[in-house]
Amino acid sequence: MLLLILSAVVSISIGSAGYPISKVWAIIIHQLPWNRGEAVEWSALDEAVVIQVRLSRILIGVLVGACLGLAGAGFQGVLRNPLADPYTLGVASGSSIGAAFLILFGLQTAVGIWTVPFVAFVTGMATIFAVFWLARQQGQMRIETLVLAGVIVQAFLGAFVSFMISMSDTVVNEILYWTMGSLSKRNWEHVTLVLPFAAVGLPAIAAFAQPMNLLVLGERQAAHLGVNVERTKLIVLMISTLLTAVAVSVSGVIGFVGLVVPHLIRLIVGPDYRLVVPLSAIFGGIYVLWADTLARTALSPKEIPLGVLTALIGAPFFAYLLKRRKAGLKEG
Amino acid sequence: MIDVRNAVKQIGGSLVLDGVSFSLAEGGMYGIIGPNGAGKSTLLSLLSGVETAGAGAVVLRGKSVRSYKRKDLARWIAVLQQEGLPMTAFTVREVVGMGRFPHQNWLGSEEKDAGGLIEHALATLGLMELAERRLSELSGGERQRVALAKVMVQEPELILLDEPTTYLDIGHQLQLLDAVRDWQKRKQLTVVAVLHDLNLAAQYCDRLLVLARGKLEAEGTPADVLTEETICRVYGTHPIVLRHPDSNAPQVLLRPRGAPANL
Repeated sequence: MLLLILSAVVSISIGSAGYPISKVWAIIIHQLPWNRGEAVEWSALDEAVVIQVRLSRILIGVLVGACLGLAGAGFQGVLRNPLADPYTLGVASGSSIGAAFLILFGLQTAVGIWTVPFVAFVTGMATIFAVFWLARQQGQMRIETLVLAGVIVQAFLGAFVSFMISMSDTVVNEILYWTMGSLSKRNWEHVTLVLPFAAVGLPAIAAFAQPMNLLVLGERQAAHLGVNVERTKLIVLMISTLLTAVAVSVSGVIGFVGLVVPHLIRLIVGPDYRLVVPLSAIFGGIYVLWADTLARTALSPKEIPLGVLTALIGAPFFAYLLKRRKAGLKEG
Repeated sequence: MIDVRNAVKQIGGSLVLDGVSFSLAEGGMYGIIGPNGAGKSTLLSLLSGVETAGAGAVVLRGKSVRSYKRKDLARWIAVLQQEGLPMTAFTVREVVGMGRFPHQNWLGSEEKDAGGLIEHALATLGLMELAERRLSELSGGERQRVALAKVMVQEPELILLDEPTTYLDIGHQLQLLDAVRDWQKRKQLTVVAVLHDLNLAAQYCDRLLVLARGKLEAEGTPADVLTEETICRVYGTHPIVLRHPDSNAPQVLLRPRGAPANL
């Protein structure tokens, strides 16, 4: 938690506008209600950059990261599969397709700023239901079939998104950029969109931490210990899907957060989901925040797509962890 | 009282249980024996409520097993599975502690302190030295002992054992069954065990149920049930049945084909 706050403090102080740190903080402190009356020595533009652009962006980064970390922990918990994450289940592709469709026909703001998030959310949910439906056999969802169904649906929808990208010559960059994930041009409205989901999602998934621990022993074992396995799986998958869809609809496709973060936490604190769930939310926030800070400053004023960056950092890191873990198991 | 009334179960189109009925008084140790595919494990799954009968009913203490909530069932029914526990990163003490789950509220706390219970179970099964080890570092026999300790911590009144000794050597088989029987006698528990080994079943169980092709073929004391005639009818082999010199329990000697029938 401390690390999260520290990261936010550092991140907000860095930016392409090149303000001195003292000025940034003077602006922020001025926002506190009991300081509002004091005289200002900066322009309205400066204030807008810090508050409207930078602060909101940092909050969105933290919230999106928390949602993805939580969703990853939830998916891995109930699916007992290290490969499960918001993306392997096709949720992200499902959300992408709705957004890509809107962008292709120029309908992004048909019903205001909420249009893309809302449609992405609806198609994301529709996708997970399609995946559930494919995976459901004789009233039960088998873990292998579910992940397989996710991969199939993801491949199918991914092809559709690519098709739409190829169909649109003029707006090709916008869809492409969205599928690569970015936090640029987000504002406080997006913060208020994500915040309630993150705030409700954390305790909701944390409430299932102990059942998820028991699921580690196997579904039968968990059932014998009094876990309503089918219900637990369904509820946690639904909440995780919701969190993913909200995150994707605001930030585009940011890969590897939901996969890497819970793994990393598990390697540090062990397998207990009562620790893994809240720490995944916090660390997910830190991870995306740093990735985004890097994305907007590394090649400033040009921005690196955030999803590209998280994958560039995440994939090798994941490979390294996997290797080290194997070596550790051999020695132990 | 455990009542199974005309239970029928189909799995993937084949009839696994074909109208099985019996009732068991609480406080005994019961064995279910029978050849492969007889429906023994399926019957146990019906008793534990993780599967439901296609027709007929399973009635536990006067109520259909289906009318219980999962957690309510787990407060007094525990299951020890054949395959034991998976190799996880949880420690022995953590896994044994998970046995308390049905007694905890949703915040994970319970009224009484279960610490002593967990220590006692660890000590009973000789797991004290292993308590802080991860499950992934233990042998199969050790993990099965952890599974039994977890079942003990669950404080059940009915214990269902599904071939718990399958992957154990004879020393560990006896150790496990001795621990179960001592516990059963001390607390007057009910144990229903699917057992592969007829000789162990004869020595540990008060009564045996013989299942074959989804039907109940015989029921009674080991001496009633383990006769050459019944074994031949159910397993299709002609054994020699003797008496154990210590306990007088029937013991089965197998006779390969081609061996001389009488010396």
